Amino acid sequence: METMTLSKPIETDANGYLKDPNQWTPELAHEIANSLHITLTDKHFEVLNWLRTKHAEGVALSIRKVGNSGIVDIKQFYQLFPGGPLKNAAKIAGIPKPVSCI
Amino acid sequence: MNPTIDKTESIEKVSIPELEKKGRITKVVIIVSKGTLESVYAGLVLANGALMEGIQADMFFTFFGLQAVTKAHADHLHTGTVGNPAFMPAIPTLVAGLPGFEAFASYMMRKEMDKLDMPHVTEFLQMIEAGGGEIYACKLAADMFHLKKEDFVDEVKDIITVGDMYALAEGEGTHFIFI
Repeated sequence: METMTLSKPIETDANGYLKDPNQWTPELAHEIANSLHITLTDKHFEVLNWLRTKHAEGVALSIRKVGNSGIVDIKQFYQLFPGGPLKNAAKIAGIPKPVSCI
Repeated sequence: MNPTIDKTESIEKVSIPELEKKGRITKVVIIVSKGTLESVYAGLVLANGALMEGIQADMFFTFFGLQAVTKAHADHLHTGTVGNPAFMPAIPTLVAGLPGFEAFASYMMRKEMDKLDMPHVTEFLQMIEAGGGEIYACKLAADMFHLKKEDFVDEVKDIITVGDMYALAEGEGTHFIFI
């Protein structure tokens, strides 16, 4: 069991993904994003909320699905969350790392 | 000053990113030399998968792999049914070679891939380009097959020589994958 050194202790897996998506707050998102050198904007939050909704619905997330979300295209997704968009966005959104290969 | 010490100092001045010190892959160059459905998809999945992990990825299509990036064939690739014993092992080679069999088998495979939400080749190439991956065609092979820039899909950035391809790989932490 790992915990993140944030303003309050949050349980994460070994790779820093939240164990419980319900512990997520927008403030926490800012803190995780800062640790990844990403400054969150409203657009980021639109993507994060979409990811959280889809995860709650049990959808297997992929880059392609984010690209078809109507919120961002794939290029914008890479720009918003550089250095591995799906995994970084999932981490900031407080959901498990997506297992998709595409 | 001793020249050996000078050399040591100059090496120390070169800042190697932390990731590379750990042996982390920072970039891949994927060479696709085959034009069958499965070989091309192997290359596309590897390139896109690298970008998804924050690894830079460039692709170099050569020989029959070039078919995958032509406007005419990109979304109509076939899988080989003859000389491919792992594919439908129960089907005799002679049957696998009958007219239309390869097209049928490729259609069935395509359907399975659709079920897995795998994009078609042109969309996959667009995804890779959107992720910052660069796609190139081999000059020698393009000359051999009489293919020009306008024959290739828009995602093909340029037709380059093997020397240019090696230049793409410059820097530490680059890996080559040959398919």
